[in-house]
This record gives sequence, C-alpha cells and structure tokens, in this order.
Amino acid sequence: MKGNEALAEAAIRAGCKCFFGYPITPQTELAAYMAKRMHKAGGVFLQAESEIAAINMVLGAASTGVRAMTSSSSPGISLKSEGISYIAGSDLPAVIINVQRGGPGLGGIQPSQADYWQATKSLGHGDFQLLVYAPASVQEMVDMVVTAFDRADKYRMPAMILADGLLGQMMEPVSFPEINVNAYDKSSWAADGHKNKREHHIINSLYLKPDELQKSVYDRYKRYEIVKENETDAELYLTEDCDILLCAYGATARVVKSAVNSAREIGIKAGMFRPKTLYPFPVKELNKACETAEKLLCVEMSMGQMIDDVKLAINCSKPVEFFGRTGGVIPTPAEILGEIKRIGGVK
Amino acid sequence: MASTDILLAGFGGQGVLFAGKILAYCGLMDNRELSWLPSYGPEMRGGTANCSVCISDEPIGSPLVLTPDILIAMNQPSFDKFISDVKTGGKVFYDSTLIEAEYDRTDIEVFGIPSSQLADDNQLKGGSNIILLGKLIKETGLFGLETVQKAIEKVVPPSKAKLIPNNLKAIEIGMNN
Repeated sequence: MKGNEALAEAAIRAGCKCFFGYPITPQTELAAYMAKRMHKAGGVFLQAESEIAAINMVLGAASTGVRAMTSSSSPGISLKSEGISYIAGSDLPAVIINVQRGGPGLGGIQPSQADYWQATKSLGHGDFQLLVYAPASVQEMVDMVVTAFDRADKYRMPAMILADGLLGQMMEPVSFPEINVNAYDKSSWAADGHKNKREHHIINSLYLKPDELQKSVYDRYKRYEIVKENETDAELYLTEDCDILLCAYGATARVVKSAVNSAREIGIKAGMFRPKTLYPFPVKELNKACETAEKLLCVEMSMGQMIDDVKLAINCSKPVEFFGRTGGVIPTPAEILGEIKRIGGVK
Repeated sequence: MASTDILLAGFGGQGVLFAGKILAYCGLMDNRELSWLPSYGPEMRGGTANCSVCISDEPIGSPLVLTPDILIAMNQPSFDKFISDVKTGGKVFYDSTLIEAEYDRTDIEVFGIPSSQLADDNQLKGGSNIILLGKLIKETGLFGLETVQKAIEKVVPPSKAKLIPNNLKAIEIGMNN
C-alpha cells in the first residue's frame, strides 16, 4: 500500500469522521483515497476551496467533538498555520498531516525535511505546541495516525504527522492492527448542541484580559509538561557500544541505518538514534543513546534543523556535526558512510 | 540472493510503474521485505517515468535505487542514462524494438528482446513491459512462475480482471524468447 493511502485508511479506522483537504503534490493520493472511502465509512469528505478554508473546517468539526483531520504538503501547511494556532488556542484535538516537499516558497515537489522548525517550534503565532510524530515506514504511518488521534483527544491539542514525499509515495507491506478506539468524554466542552438541557459551551481563543489569557496558556503548558514526561518515543539502534552516534528521523533514518550497518562491517562502531516523536523530543532517550559516543552526527534533508534539539538535549556536552541534503535531494548511504569515516578519522 | 535492487525505466504510459508493482507484489507473495518507489512529478504519457523496487530478506533501508542489480529499460534515454549505474554482475533487460544498445561494459549481462514487436505480433497491446518481466523471471530466477501468477492476479484490479490471461500470456512469451 502507498504511504499516503495507508495514512488515510488508518485515519478512517481510528474513527476520523471528517476530512477536509485541498490537493497538493506529494500528498494528493491521501485526499483521493478519502474521497473514495470516507462516505462509505459514514464520514464526511470535503475538498475545500483552499487550505485556509480546510483547516477552519477542521476547527469547526473538532469543536463538536468529532475526530477531524486535514492533510497537505509544506506550502499548504504554511497556509494552514493561522488555523492551527486557533485550534491550539481553543484546546481542540485534531490531526494534521504534512507530507513534506522542498522549500522555501513553492519550492519543489521532491522529499524534504525542511519543515522541522515549523512543526516543532513555530506552527503559527502564540505560545503553543503540537504533538509531532515522525514515521519512517508505511507501517509506522499507520500506527502513528492511530496514536495521534488518541493523544490529540487525550491532551486536547492538535497532533501532526510529519512525513515526506518519499514516505508518501512509496509502497510497502502494511498490516492494520485491531484498533480499540478510546472514547474520551468530551461532554464538558464539545459544542454539539445543548438542546436547552445544559449551559451552552463556548469554543474560543480570544481572551482580552491579560490575566485570563495568561492563565489559559499556563494551564496548557501544565499539560505540555505531562506530555513531555509521558509521550516521548525513539528507536535506539546499535547504540550500546557506539563511538559515533548518528541522529536522524523519518525517511533519512532509513538511509542512515544502511550507512550504520556498512560502517559496522568495516569496524567503525556507529549507532543510530531515531526520534519517533519530535515534540516532545526524546531527551532522555538521546542521552542514553549517546552514553558511549564521542561524537554525534545529525543527518537531515534540510540545512540543519533538528540538530538544534540534539544539541539542547545533550546540553552541548559532546561535539555534534551535521550532514544534510536539501531541496528534494535524498542523501545516499555511500555519502553518509563517507561522513562517518571522515568524523571517525578513517581514511 | 539476500537483497535485490531493481530499476525500471521508460516512457510514461509504457507500464513501468505497473511492472514494478508486479515485482513488488511477488515479494509480498513470497513473504519477503519489499519497497516500491515511483519517480513522481510532472510526468505524463510520453514523459520519462521510472520506479525503484527493492526485494530483500532484511528490512529495507533507502528505497531509492541508484545502483541497480537489475535494470529494465524500455526506451533509449533510459538505457543510455542508467546502463552505467548497473552494479558489476548485474543484469539488464531492454526492448530491442525501440532501443539500439550501445555500451562498453563487459562486467554485466545484457538481454535484449523485441518486446514491443512481440506484443504487437501476439495482439497484446501494451504488453511489452510484462514480456520483459517474463524474460527477467527466466534469466534471474528471482521469483517462481506461480508467485508471478499470484502477483498478477492481485495487482490487476477486479474491474479489469479480463486482462489477467493477457498478462500471463505476456509472461510466457517473455520466458520463451
């Protein structure tokens, strides 16, 4: 199954009832799949007139307590950023999918990871965070969509799947596990019709009194602390004895893993740390992974964005080097191996 | 063979992605690890199209094939562009109706069959891709015939099920040429 289609099927199985989208390469198969399947699954598919309309439809649907989702690729996500900030400010759960392509501007349509900062630091104005999941295979896309819907409901905050064009377009075997959808009680806030039987609920992100706004942000950040404590996830690969620790996520981590295996074959003790959650960043997991490492090498399809979080997580206690490709160019195992050798001092 | 990287290339509309899909499903039928990655972009009928298929016993790292073990070339530009990338000991299959094969490599095996002509002669319009697959199956032994049959039945959508026998016939022609 194609990555984009797997994302869509998983969302439907996770109880997504509303999908609003607008076509953009390389994620269009997702919306096409939704158009075909969603009405049969008893949900709503709607192709909006723009990305901005689509994200505001998600805001509206999420306000009623149903599971809602939108998807796009980099330039489209920028357009959605205002709405995402409103969703976060209104404490609403929603899932947003970004199948990244090269940027900035219209950029290109080939795979990229240049939206890391956007996803983890600045998806819109104001003090807020999204849960950010980074799948590295089609199977993980399925699993993470299910988790994203669950945690979005649990913490009442938007969650993002940060994929890229390579994962979206590739086909791999995938299995759909039996999904037990947790039903969270939304009756205290969902605006789903009061029928004159209760006070009406107000979904709002406007607080004109600074004290009240500050309190709402404080409350949200208390939840973020719980999220940071409980929701980190990472893969540690051959890290127990590594001299060099490579850090990579998503599609890049697949290439890095091949390079790590090649390095081991020629006697270089390389390992890999792969965060599966980018927010919250797996700080503890990284510190464990780099215990024996002398140096770290961060590999990304960008000019170097996750490297900031890597340095922060280890408090710059070890040297962190960077290798990146950008604009839609995918790094090869051979060139990453070259970097490993260079850093490891092997000729 | 623990791991096989295959690159299929040609014009859009020749069925390069479809042929790749059959190979990927063969991997699935044999319970092996696999990946299928199309080139995507402003491609259309008549433009260039290619796809990477990896079949392996280990989890697959990069799904992008840069140095194939097996190349299927369905037009001249693809043959000229990728012939130098094939790994030593690799195999190349090309449509000799459309391609004049000029190359200076002696470390690879190159098989040309007039797959377009054979498709026309046998009333298998658009079956050139599958004929080349048949040749590949015969020369590499990557998959058994039964596996290929199962894969074809899986890949051809139910609405086009009447085309399954044609595809099987094309495989047979490829294997006998």
